[in-house]
Amino acid sequence: MDMHVHDRRRFLALTAAAAATPLLAACGAGFGGDDSKSDGSAADDVTGSFDWKREKGTTVKALLNKHPYTDALIADLKSFTEKTGIKVEYDVFPEDNYFDKLTVDLSSGRASYDVFMLGAYMVWQYGPPGWLEDLGPWMRNSSATGSEWDQADFFPNLLQADQWSLKAGAPLGQGGQYALPWGWETNVVAYNTDVFKKLGLKPAETFDELRELARTIKRKAPGAGFDGMYGIAVRGSRSWATIHPGFMTMYARNGLKDFTVEGGKLTPAMNSPEAVAFTEDWAGMVKQGGPPSWTSYTWYQCSSDLGAKKAGMLFDADTAAYFQAVEGASPASGKIAFHPGPKGPDGSLATNMWIWSLGMNAKSKKKSASWLFLQWATGKEHLLKSAITHNHIDPVRRSIADDGAYKDKMKHLPGFIETFETVVDQTKIQFTPQAQFFDATTSWASALQEIYGGQGAKSVLDGLAGDLADKVG
Amino acid sequence: MGWRLALRPYVLIVPALLLTCGILYPFGLGLYYTLFDFSASKPQPDMVRFENYETVFTQEAFWNSAWVTVLYAVGAAAVETVLGVTVALLLHRSTIVGRVLEKILILPLMIAPVIAAIIWKLMLQPSVGVINYLLRPFGLGGVQWTDTPTGALLSSIAVDVWVYTPFVAILALAGLRSLPTSPFEAAAVDGAGWWYTFRRLTLPMLWPYVLVAVIFRFMDSLKVFDIIYALTEGGPGDSTVVLQIRAYLEAIRFQRYSFGISYTIVLWAVVYLAAMVLVKHLGKIQRKAAEVSAK
Repeated sequence: MDMHVHDRRRFLALTAAAAATPLLAACGAGFGGDDSKSDGSAADDVTGSFDWKREKGTTVKALLNKHPYTDALIADLKSFTEKTGIKVEYDVFPEDNYFDKLTVDLSSGRASYDVFMLGAYMVWQYGPPGWLEDLGPWMRNSSATGSEWDQADFFPNLLQADQWSLKAGAPLGQGGQYALPWGWETNVVAYNTDVFKKLGLKPAETFDELRELARTIKRKAPGAGFDGMYGIAVRGSRSWATIHPGFMTMYARNGLKDFTVEGGKLTPAMNSPEAVAFTEDWAGMVKQGGPPSWTSYTWYQCSSDLGAKKAGMLFDADTAAYFQAVEGASPASGKIAFHPGPKGPDGSLATNMWIWSLGMNAKSKKKSASWLFLQWATGKEHLLKSAITHNHIDPVRRSIADDGAYKDKMKHLPGFIETFETVVDQTKIQFTPQAQFFDATTSWASALQEIYGGQGAKSVLDGLAGDLADKVG
Repeated sequence: MGWRLALRPYVLIVPALLLTCGILYPFGLGLYYTLFDFSASKPQPDMVRFENYETVFTQEAFWNSAWVTVLYAVGAAAVETVLGVTVALLLHRSTIVGRVLEKILILPLMIAPVIAAIIWKLMLQPSVGVINYLLRPFGLGGVQWTDTPTGALLSSIAVDVWVYTPFVAILALAGLRSLPTSPFEAAAVDGAGWWYTFRRLTLPMLWPYVLVAVIFRFMDSLKVFDIIYALTEGGPGDSTVVLQIRAYLEAIRFQRYSFGISYTIVLWAVVYLAAMVLVKHLGKIQRKAAEVSAK
């Protein structure tokens, strides 16, 4: 009997040890797997003359976000395969969980996807851990990059937006090229021409005028035959995405900064007296002229309210309005016009941008084929076709923006081309690059909601700045 | 004893052992990670021992989240219990209507909570939502349900109640139908009224079933994520940022993995302790119920 007990104990001890082995092994394995690094770029391995067929027979795996730009890309993938002999397999995820999927995948250290869509802000998060391939060496290598790719054709502010030295607070446009601009959006005001005509309104040239306009529309539009219409649609959900379109654009046009940088140290500046006054005014504008249930508003609700004639104006991405404005897309299509939006006190039209970029996984085993894909997807041929036959608008290349066929396609939208041309050179990332961007902007959106809810702007923003100082300092 | 017979107990526990390892391995790994400052910006981290927990407990954000989590869990579990038991009592008298209602009642349980939250988000939308449309004749058509901290919390609890009250009702109904009939027959012979019978017989004997439902619902509500995230994303402000949402934001959105896991470990400890207390209480209640039915 004793022997039996002894056996059982021994058996359990051995089993426990066996179970613990992988745990201990995992402890010893470190975090995130293989940490072997090479200073040289894989681009250096590509030699000889440039050849689209160089990686014939390879399959590249892409992670894509559900978007009209993606639809245009997928529709044209056959051309890429014919040109290169490379097959592209892809997964498409909706935006709500696209970045979570990408983040988890990249942080796992696997190379499940060779290429993927990302925004410039994501470079600040994915760049420092070494998850993104520096595309600079690929762009500079004439064996890897065809001459027709024409780097100089990109709007320079867009290429710079994806270029960073990975140092918090350092300006963009220096260091590695961690992604390539593929499609973008500039944040401007779109408005319902019917309600403007009926109420005798003109687009606002100053922020004060915009606030007044929003109030006026909310007050007068329902009585003028626009049932349930409010003044201005802007995002309000508790997300980083609330801060970057209209809010950050107007914030920047007022000459305000998110952080000040001195000697590489970041100090939150969203509680400066001018920033507090602006934030209070913005929240007031939303309260008096914005949508009901604003705190749940994402770009989707804003955009569809403009299309459904619920919103008199939209201060957001020009594409968000464009997708409602095209013929047959919404009840308001044909009645939507574009305007650069209010200027700052000094006439500034500084505009914040969102930029859909394409990046390469630093852990990819198919970098040469992936680079051919990136080169094709950001090349003139595909982008021009996508802009004209699909809805890949806001071209990242000057040649496409100037193309007659593209202009013909867009000219029926009142003010679209003029607005684009007015703000394009002043549109850039208005945030200070730093790895805690998502924490900072999510907390900022939360603060904005509290101010909208009636809390004092100064105390809320002081609290936000204090909290962020520890995280980014 | 043959060797086959001697080996049999060990073979039989293998599935349970594998399951235990499958649970303990990620749990242990998570626990281990909390001792480091592991984040995206520090993929080769230093050991910081209990510093993550110290930071968690000294953060105002944690205490705010803990308070919101408790309010949510207590509120949801309490309302669901009262409503669930009431519905079960109403359905206990088996009529045709009751049997039809039983089947309808189970519908919310067939919908994923996140879908339910999205449906409710649309229904609660102030200008186009059906709730305000129905309230408009009563002069209440302009309520902004999720725009205020209290409104957002109450709306989230309401969705939880909508999804999970049927669960409590079904458990309570099963309990009611399994109660012995003799004590009720004796009470009827003695001329006991409905209220007296309910208070002295039905409720004491039903308590163990109700408590099982309360344990499940309370523990689940402490761990809520889907309903709140889909409905409010934690806003407005931080008013509905429960511990699970805070952990998700820290670990996934902000990529402070160790810190995010620390939040979940703290949450696990709270749920574990709450469950232990409730299960201990369940034993006492079961003994009391057995005494009542034996009388």
